[in-house]
Amino acid sequence: MIRVEHELHQRRRGRNNGVGLLLVGLIAIVFGLSVVKVTLGHDMEKFDHVVRPALEADQ
Amino acid sequence: MTDTGQFIDRSIEPDLKDYFDLLKPRVMSLVVFTALVGLLVAPQSVHPMVAFTSILFLAIGAGASGALNMWWDADIDAVMRRTARRPIPAGKVAPGEALGFGLALSGLAVMMVGLASNLLAAALLAFTIFFYVVIYTMGLKRWTPQNIVIGGAAGAFPPMIGWVIATGSVSFEAVCMFMLIFLWTPPHFWALALFMKEDFSNAGVPMLTVTHGHPSTRRHIFAYSAILALFAVGMAFTSIGGPIYLVTALVMNGMFLTMAWQTMARDTESATGDDYAVEKRLFRLSLLYLFLHFGALAADAGLMALGLWGGWT
Repeated sequence: MIRVEHELHQRRRGRNNGVGLLLVGLIAIVFGLSVVKVTLGHDMEKFDHVVRPALEADQ
Repeated sequence: MTDTGQFIDRSIEPDLKDYFDLLKPRVMSLVVFTALVGLLVAPQSVHPMVAFTSILFLAIGAGASGALNMWWDADIDAVMRRTARRPIPAGKVAPGEALGFGLALSGLAVMMVGLASNLLAAALLAFTIFFYVVIYTMGLKRWTPQNIVIGGAAGAFPPMIGWVIATGSVSFEAVCMFMLIFLWTPPHFWALALFMKEDFSNAGVPMLTVTHGHPSTRRHIFAYSAILALFAVGMAFTSIGGPIYLVTALVMNGMFLTMAWQTMARDTESATGDDYAVEKRLFRLSLLYLFLHFGALAADAGLMALGLWGGWT
Protein backbone atom coordinates (compact mmCIF):
# COMPACT_ATOMS: atom_id res chain seq x y z
CA MET A 1 0.00 0.00 0.00
CA ILE A 2 1.26 3.46 -0.85
CA ARG A 3 1.01 5.78 2.12
CA VAL A 4 3.22 8.64 1.10
CA GLU A 5 1.19 11.69 0.25
CA HIS A 6 2.19 13.09 -3.06
CA GLU A 7 2.35 16.84 -3.57
CA LEU A 8 -0.32 16.27 -6.19
CA HIS A 9 -2.77 15.07 -3.55
CA GLN A 10 -2.20 18.17 -1.48
CA ARG A 11 -2.83 20.33 -4.50
CA ARG A 12 -6.00 18.41 -5.33
CA ARG A 13 -7.23 18.74 -1.78
CA GLY A 14 -6.60 22.47 -1.94
CA ARG A 15 -8.56 22.69 -5.15
CA ASN A 16 -11.41 20.60 -3.82
CA ASN A 17 -11.64 22.77 -0.72
CA GLY A 18 -11.74 25.83 -2.97
CA VAL A 19 -14.55 24.40 -5.09
CA GLY A 20 -16.39 23.46 -1.89
CA LEU A 21 -16.14 27.02 -0.60
CA LEU A 22 -17.36 28.41 -3.92
CA LEU A 23 -20.38 26.09 -3.83
CA VAL A 24 -21.18 27.11 -0.26
CA GLY A 25 -20.92 30.74 -1.40
CA LEU A 26 -23.32 30.07 -4.27
CA ILE A 27 -25.81 28.46 -1.89
CA ALA A 28 -25.55 31.46 0.45
CA ILE A 29 -26.16 33.87 -2.43
CA VAL A 30 -29.17 31.97 -3.78
CA PHE A 31 -30.60 31.68 -0.26
CA GLY A 32 -29.99 35.36 0.52
CA LEU A 33 -31.51 36.41 -2.78
CA SER A 34 -34.54 34.22 -2.15
CA VAL A 35 -35.07 35.80 1.27
CA VAL A 36 -34.83 39.28 -0.25
CA LYS A 37 -37.19 38.45 -3.11
CA VAL A 38 -39.77 36.95 -0.77
CA THR A 39 -39.45 39.87 1.64
CA LEU A 40 -39.81 42.47 -1.09
CA GLY A 41 -42.73 40.47 -2.44
CA HIS A 42 -43.21 42.31 -5.74
CA ASP A 43 -45.96 40.80 -7.85
CA MET A 44 -46.06 37.74 -5.67
CA GLU A 45 -49.80 37.55 -5.32
CA LYS A 46 -51.38 36.56 -8.61
CA PHE A 47 -54.48 34.73 -9.78
CA ASP A 48 -54.51 31.19 -8.54
CA HIS A 49 -57.00 29.51 -10.86
CA VAL A 50 -59.75 31.54 -9.25
CA VAL A 51 -60.72 35.01 -10.32
CA ARG A 52 -59.87 37.44 -7.56
CA PRO A 53 -61.47 40.82 -8.15
CA ALA A 54 -59.25 42.47 -5.56
CA LEU A 55 -56.24 41.97 -7.83
CA GLU A 56 -57.89 43.17 -11.02
CA ALA A 57 -57.36 46.80 -10.22
CA ASP A 58 -53.60 46.27 -10.63
CA GLN A 59 -53.84 44.74 -14.08
CA MET B 1 -5.43 7.57 -23.88
CA THR B 2 -3.56 5.11 -21.70
CA ASP B 3 -3.40 5.20 -17.91
CA THR B 4 0.23 6.19 -18.10
CA GLY B 5 -0.64 9.09 -20.37
CA GLN B 6 -3.32 10.23 -17.97
CA PHE B 7 -0.91 10.08 -15.09
CA ILE B 8 1.65 12.21 -16.89
CA ASP B 9 -0.99 14.76 -17.86
CA ARG B 10 -2.23 14.98 -14.29
CA SER B 11 1.21 15.96 -13.04
CA ILE B 12 0.56 19.45 -14.42
CA GLU B 13 -2.93 19.58 -13.03
CA PRO B 14 -4.26 23.14 -12.88
CA ASP B 15 -5.08 24.78 -9.58
CA LEU B 16 -7.93 27.18 -8.88
CA LYS B 17 -5.81 30.20 -9.76
CA ASP B 18 -5.47 28.92 -13.33
CA TYR B 19 -9.24 28.73 -13.71
CA PHE B 20 -9.55 32.18 -12.20
CA ASP B 21 -7.00 33.49 -14.72
CA LEU B 22 -9.19 32.12 -17.51
CA LEU B 23 -11.80 34.69 -16.46
CA LYS B 24 -9.51 37.66 -17.29
CA PRO B 25 -9.71 39.20 -13.80
CA ARG B 26 -8.61 42.67 -14.92
CA VAL B 27 -11.38 42.84 -17.52
CA MET B 28 -13.80 41.62 -14.85
CA SER B 29 -12.78 44.43 -12.52
CA LEU B 30 -13.55 46.96 -15.26
CA VAL B 31 -16.92 45.29 -15.83
CA VAL B 32 -17.76 45.42 -12.12
CA PHE B 33 -16.78 49.09 -11.90
CA THR B 34 -18.64 50.34 -15.00
CA ALA B 35 -21.71 48.20 -14.30
CA LEU B 36 -21.82 49.45 -10.72
CA VAL B 37 -21.72 53.04 -11.94
CA GLY B 38 -24.47 52.28 -14.47
CA LEU B 39 -26.55 50.93 -11.60
CA LEU B 40 -25.78 53.81 -9.22
CA VAL B 41 -26.59 56.61 -11.65
CA ALA B 42 -29.95 55.05 -12.56
CA PRO B 43 -32.97 56.87 -11.14
CA GLN B 44 -34.38 53.75 -9.42
CA SER B 45 -32.81 52.27 -6.33
CA VAL B 46 -32.08 48.57 -6.05
CA HIS B 47 -31.94 46.32 -2.99
CA PRO B 48 -28.24 45.82 -2.11
CA MET B 49 -28.53 42.04 -2.30
CA VAL B 50 -30.11 42.24 -5.76
CA ALA B 51 -27.41 44.69 -6.88
CA PHE B 52 -24.61 42.55 -5.44
CA THR B 53 -25.86 39.31 -7.00
CA SER B 54 -26.57 40.90 -10.37
CA ILE B 55 -23.18 42.58 -10.63
CA LEU B 56 -21.33 39.52 -9.35
CA PHE B 57 -22.89 37.30 -12.00
CA LEU B 58 -22.56 39.95 -14.67
CA ALA B 59 -18.83 39.89 -13.92
CA ILE B 60 -18.81 36.08 -13.97
CA GLY B 61 -20.59 36.16 -17.35
CA ALA B 62 -17.97 38.58 -18.69
CA GLY B 63 -15.27 36.31 -17.27
CA ALA B 64 -16.87 33.29 -18.93
CA SER B 65 -16.70 35.05 -22.28
CA GLY B 66 -13.01 35.64 -21.54
CA ALA B 67 -12.52 31.89 -20.98
CA LEU B 68 -14.28 31.14 -24.29
CA ASN B 69 -12.10 33.75 -25.99
CA MET B 70 -8.98 32.05 -24.59
CA TRP B 71 -10.24 28.67 -25.77
CA TRP B 72 -10.71 29.92 -29.34
CA ASP B 73 -7.57 32.08 -29.44
CA ALA B 74 -5.15 29.63 -27.79
CA ASP B 75 -3.16 29.37 -31.04
CA ILE B 76 -2.53 33.10 -31.40
CA ASP B 77 -2.12 33.63 -27.65
CA ALA B 78 0.78 31.18 -27.74
CA VAL B 79 2.56 33.31 -30.36
CA MET B 80 2.17 36.68 -28.66
CA ARG B 81 4.47 37.63 -25.79
CA ARG B 82 1.67 39.49 -23.98
CA THR B 83 -0.56 36.41 -23.86
CA ALA B 84 1.83 33.43 -24.00
CA ARG B 85 1.53 32.86 -20.25
CA ARG B 86 -2.25 32.52 -20.28
CA PRO B 87 -3.43 29.18 -18.82
CA ILE B 88 -4.05 27.36 -22.14
CA PRO B 89 -0.86 28.26 -24.06
CA ALA B 90 1.10 27.72 -20.81
CA GLY B 91 -0.21 24.14 -20.78
CA LYS B 92 -1.99 24.47 -17.43
CA VAL B 93 -5.58 24.11 -18.60
CA ALA B 94 -6.71 21.91 -21.51
CA PRO B 95 -8.65 23.74 -24.28
CA GLY B 96 -11.68 21.48 -23.79
CA GLU B 97 -11.77 22.29 -20.10
CA ALA B 98 -11.72 26.01 -20.83
CA LEU B 99 -14.58 25.53 -23.29
CA GLY B 100 -16.69 23.61 -20.77
CA PHE B 101 -15.84 26.03 -18.00
CA GLY B 102 -16.77 29.04 -20.16
CA LEU B 103 -20.04 27.56 -21.39
CA ALA B 104 -21.14 26.40 -17.94
CA LEU B 105 -20.34 29.73 -16.31
CA SER B 106 -22.06 31.64 -19.14
CA GLY B 107 -25.26 29.68 -18.58
CA LEU B 108 -25.09 30.09 -14.81
CA ALA B 109 -24.35 33.82 -15.07
CA VAL B 110 -27.22 34.58 -17.48
CA MET B 111 -29.63 32.55 -15.36
CA MET B 112 -28.59 34.21 -12.12
CA VAL B 113 -28.75 37.76 -13.55
CA GLY B 114 -32.25 36.94 -14.84
CA LEU B 115 -33.35 35.61 -11.46
CA ALA B 116 -31.77 38.42 -9.48
CA SER B 117 -32.87 41.37 -11.60
CA ASN B 118 -34.84 41.09 -14.83
CA LEU B 119 -34.97 39.24 -18.12
CA LEU B 120 -33.81 42.21 -20.22
CA ALA B 121 -30.57 42.45 -18.22
CA ALA B 122 -30.07 38.69 -18.61
CA ALA B 123 -30.76 38.90 -22.36
CA LEU B 124 -28.27 41.76 -22.73
CA LEU B 125 -25.64 39.73 -20.87
CA ALA B 126 -26.31 36.72 -23.11
CA PHE B 127 -25.98 38.96 -26.17
CA THR B 128 -22.74 40.47 -24.82
CA ILE B 129 -21.22 37.01 -24.39
CA PHE B 130 -22.40 35.99 -27.87
CA PHE B 131 -21.09 39.22 -29.37
CA TYR B 132 -17.67 38.94 -27.72
CA VAL B 133 -17.15 35.25 -28.42
CA VAL B 134 -18.84 34.67 -31.77
CA ILE B 135 -18.90 38.07 -33.51
CA TYR B 136 -15.59 39.46 -32.21
CA THR B 137 -13.37 36.48 -31.33
CA MET B 138 -14.48 34.02 -34.00
CA GLY B 139 -15.30 36.57 -36.70
CA LEU B 140 -13.96 40.10 -36.69
CA LYS B 141 -10.66 39.65 -34.84
CA ARG B 142 -8.89 37.64 -37.52
CA TRP B 143 -10.75 39.12 -40.45
CA THR B 144 -10.77 42.90 -40.44
CA PRO B 145 -8.65 45.77 -39.08
CA GLN B 146 -11.91 47.26 -37.85
CA ASN B 147 -11.99 44.32 -35.36
CA ILE B 148 -11.68 46.33 -32.19
CA VAL B 149 -13.86 49.21 -33.41
CA ILE B 150 -16.88 46.94 -33.70
CA GLY B 151 -15.71 44.46 -31.07
CA GLY B 152 -15.44 47.30 -28.57
CA ALA B 153 -19.21 47.13 -28.27
CA ALA B 154 -18.81 43.99 -26.15
CA GLY B 155 -16.90 45.93 -23.51
CA ALA B 156 -19.40 48.79 -23.69
CA PHE B 157 -22.44 46.81 -22.57
CA PRO B 158 -21.73 46.46 -18.80
CA PRO B 159 -22.79 50.00 -17.72
CA MET B 160 -25.89 49.65 -19.88
CA ILE B 161 -26.67 46.33 -18.18
CA GLY B 162 -26.07 47.96 -14.79
CA TRP B 163 -28.65 50.60 -15.72
CA VAL B 164 -31.10 47.93 -16.91
CA ILE B 165 -30.65 45.96 -13.66
CA ALA B 166 -31.96 49.04 -11.83
CA THR B 167 -34.59 50.35 -14.25
CA GLY B 168 -35.65 47.35 -16.33
CA SER B 169 -35.30 49.25 -19.60
CA VAL B 170 -32.71 50.77 -21.94
CA SER B 171 -32.82 54.54 -22.13
CA PHE B 172 -30.87 57.46 -23.60
CA GLU B 173 -28.51 57.65 -20.61
CA ALA B 174 -27.70 53.94 -20.87
CA VAL B 175 -26.87 54.40 -24.55
CA CYS B 176 -24.61 57.37 -23.65
CA MET B 177 -22.58 55.25 -21.23
CA PHE B 178 -22.37 52.52 -23.88
CA MET B 179 -21.12 55.03 -26.46
CA LEU B 180 -18.49 56.44 -24.10
CA ILE B 181 -16.75 53.05 -23.83
CA PHE B 182 -17.46 52.20 -27.46
CA LEU B 183 -15.68 55.35 -28.71
CA TRP B 184 -12.90 55.02 -26.12
CA THR B 185 -11.91 51.47 -27.10
CA PRO B 186 -10.24 52.15 -30.50
CA PRO B 187 -7.71 54.80 -29.37
CA HIS B 188 -7.06 52.78 -26.20
CA PHE B 189 -6.35 49.57 -28.10
CA TRP B 190 -4.49 51.15 -31.00
CA ALA B 191 -2.10 52.85 -28.56
CA LEU B 192 -1.35 49.36 -27.22
CA ALA B 193 -1.03 47.97 -30.75
CA LEU B 194 1.56 50.62 -31.64
CA PHE B 195 4.02 49.27 -29.11
CA MET B 196 2.94 45.64 -29.56
CA LYS B 197 3.07 45.61 -33.36
CA GLU B 198 5.36 42.62 -33.69
CA ASP B 199 3.07 40.52 -31.54
CA PHE B 200 0.00 41.08 -33.67
CA SER B 201 1.75 40.60 -37.00
CA ASN B 202 3.46 37.42 -35.79
CA ALA B 203 0.07 36.05 -34.75
CA GLY B 204 -1.54 37.05 -38.05
CA VAL B 205 -4.10 39.31 -36.41
CA PRO B 206 -5.06 42.09 -38.87
CA MET B 207 -4.59 44.96 -36.45
CA LEU B 208 -4.67 48.40 -38.02
CA THR B 209 -0.94 48.72 -37.26
CA VAL B 210 -0.28 45.59 -39.32
CA THR B 211 -2.61 46.23 -42.28
CA HIS B 212 -2.31 50.03 -42.65
CA GLY B 213 0.94 50.79 -40.86
CA HIS B 214 1.84 53.08 -37.99
CA PRO B 215 1.23 56.51 -39.60
CA SER B 216 -2.34 55.58 -40.48
CA THR B 217 -2.92 54.16 -36.98
CA ARG B 218 -1.63 57.38 -35.42
CA ARG B 219 -4.08 59.43 -37.53
CA HIS B 220 -6.90 57.03 -36.58
CA ILE B 221 -6.06 57.44 -32.89
CA PHE B 222 -6.34 61.22 -33.12
CA ALA B 223 -9.55 61.14 -35.18
CA TYR B 224 -11.27 58.78 -32.75
CA SER B 225 -9.99 60.77 -29.77
CA ALA B 226 -11.54 63.93 -31.24
CA ILE B 227 -14.93 62.24 -31.70
CA LEU B 228 -14.62 60.74 -28.21
CA ALA B 229 -13.82 64.15 -26.70
CA LEU B 230 -16.87 65.79 -28.29
CA PHE B 231 -19.10 63.01 -27.08
CA ALA B 232 -17.60 62.74 -23.59
CA VAL B 233 -17.90 66.48 -22.90
CA GLY B 234 -21.42 66.60 -24.38
CA MET B 235 -22.47 63.80 -22.05
CA ALA B 236 -21.94 66.18 -19.11
CA PHE B 237 -25.21 67.91 -20.07
CA THR B 238 -27.39 64.80 -19.94
CA SER B 239 -29.37 63.88 -16.84
CA ILE B 240 -26.53 61.68 -15.53
CA GLY B 241 -23.91 64.41 -16.01
CA GLY B 242 -23.08 67.09 -13.46
CA PRO B 243 -20.41 69.56 -12.36
CA ILE B 244 -17.85 66.94 -11.30
CA TYR B 245 -18.26 65.05 -14.55
CA LEU B 246 -18.04 68.26 -16.60
CA VAL B 247 -14.75 69.33 -15.01
CA THR B 248 -13.35 65.79 -15.25
CA ALA B 249 -14.36 65.48 -18.91
CA LEU B 250 -12.85 68.88 -19.82
CA VAL B 251 -9.54 68.13 -18.10
CA MET B 252 -9.21 64.51 -19.17
CA ASN B 253 -10.24 65.08 -22.77
CA GLY B 254 -7.87 68.03 -23.01
CA MET B 255 -5.02 65.81 -21.83
CA PHE B 256 -6.10 62.90 -23.98
CA LEU B 257 -6.38 65.01 -27.13
CA THR B 258 -2.98 66.61 -26.49
CA MET B 259 -1.34 63.24 -26.12
CA ALA B 260 -3.19 61.81 -29.13
CA TRP B 261 -1.91 64.81 -31.12
CA GLN B 262 1.66 64.14 -29.94
CA THR B 263 1.21 60.50 -30.91
CA MET B 264 0.05 61.52 -34.39
CA ALA B 265 2.91 63.98 -34.81
CA ARG B 266 5.55 61.30 -34.17
CA ASP B 267 6.96 58.75 -36.56
CA THR B 268 8.14 55.23 -35.94
CA GLU B 269 11.77 56.32 -35.87
CA SER B 270 11.35 58.74 -32.98
CA ALA B 271 9.03 56.26 -31.25
CA THR B 272 11.59 53.46 -31.33
CA GLY B 273 14.18 56.03 -30.15
CA ASP B 274 12.49 56.37 -26.76
CA ASP B 275 10.88 52.90 -26.71
CA TYR B 276 7.37 54.21 -27.50
CA ALA B 277 7.26 56.43 -24.40
CA VAL B 278 4.42 58.67 -25.67
CA GLU B 279 2.34 55.73 -26.90
CA LYS B 280 2.76 53.95 -23.56
CA ARG B 281 1.77 57.13 -21.72
CA LEU B 282 -1.29 57.47 -23.94
CA PHE B 283 -2.27 53.88 -23.16
CA ARG B 284 -1.91 54.41 -19.41
CA LEU B 285 -3.77 57.71 -19.64
CA SER B 286 -6.63 55.96 -21.47
CA LEU B 287 -7.09 53.62 -18.49
CA LEU B 288 -7.22 56.57 -16.09
CA TYR B 289 -9.53 58.38 -18.53
CA LEU B 290 -12.22 55.72 -18.35
CA PHE B 291 -11.86 55.24 -14.62
CA LEU B 292 -12.23 58.96 -13.90
CA HIS B 293 -15.16 59.49 -16.29
CA PHE B 294 -17.20 56.74 -14.67
CA GLY B 295 -16.00 57.74 -11.22
CA ALA B 296 -17.22 61.28 -11.92
CA LEU B 297 -20.63 60.01 -13.03
CA ALA B 298 -20.91 58.14 -9.73
CA ALA B 299 -19.75 61.23 -7.80
CA ASP B 300 -22.43 63.40 -9.46
CA ALA B 301 -25.04 60.78 -8.62
CA GLY B 302 -23.79 61.02 -5.04
CA LEU B 303 -24.16 64.81 -5.09
CA MET B 304 -27.70 64.42 -6.37
CA ALA B 305 -28.55 61.87 -3.68
CA LEU B 306 -27.26 64.28 -1.03
CA GLY B 307 -29.32 67.10 -2.51
CA LEU B 308 -26.23 69.14 -3.41
CA TRP B 309 -26.92 69.01 -7.13
CA GLY B 310 -30.31 69.16 -8.80
CA GLY B 311 -29.58 68.81 -12.49
CA TRP B 312 -28.99 71.37 -15.25
CA THR B 313 -32.53 72.73 -15.52
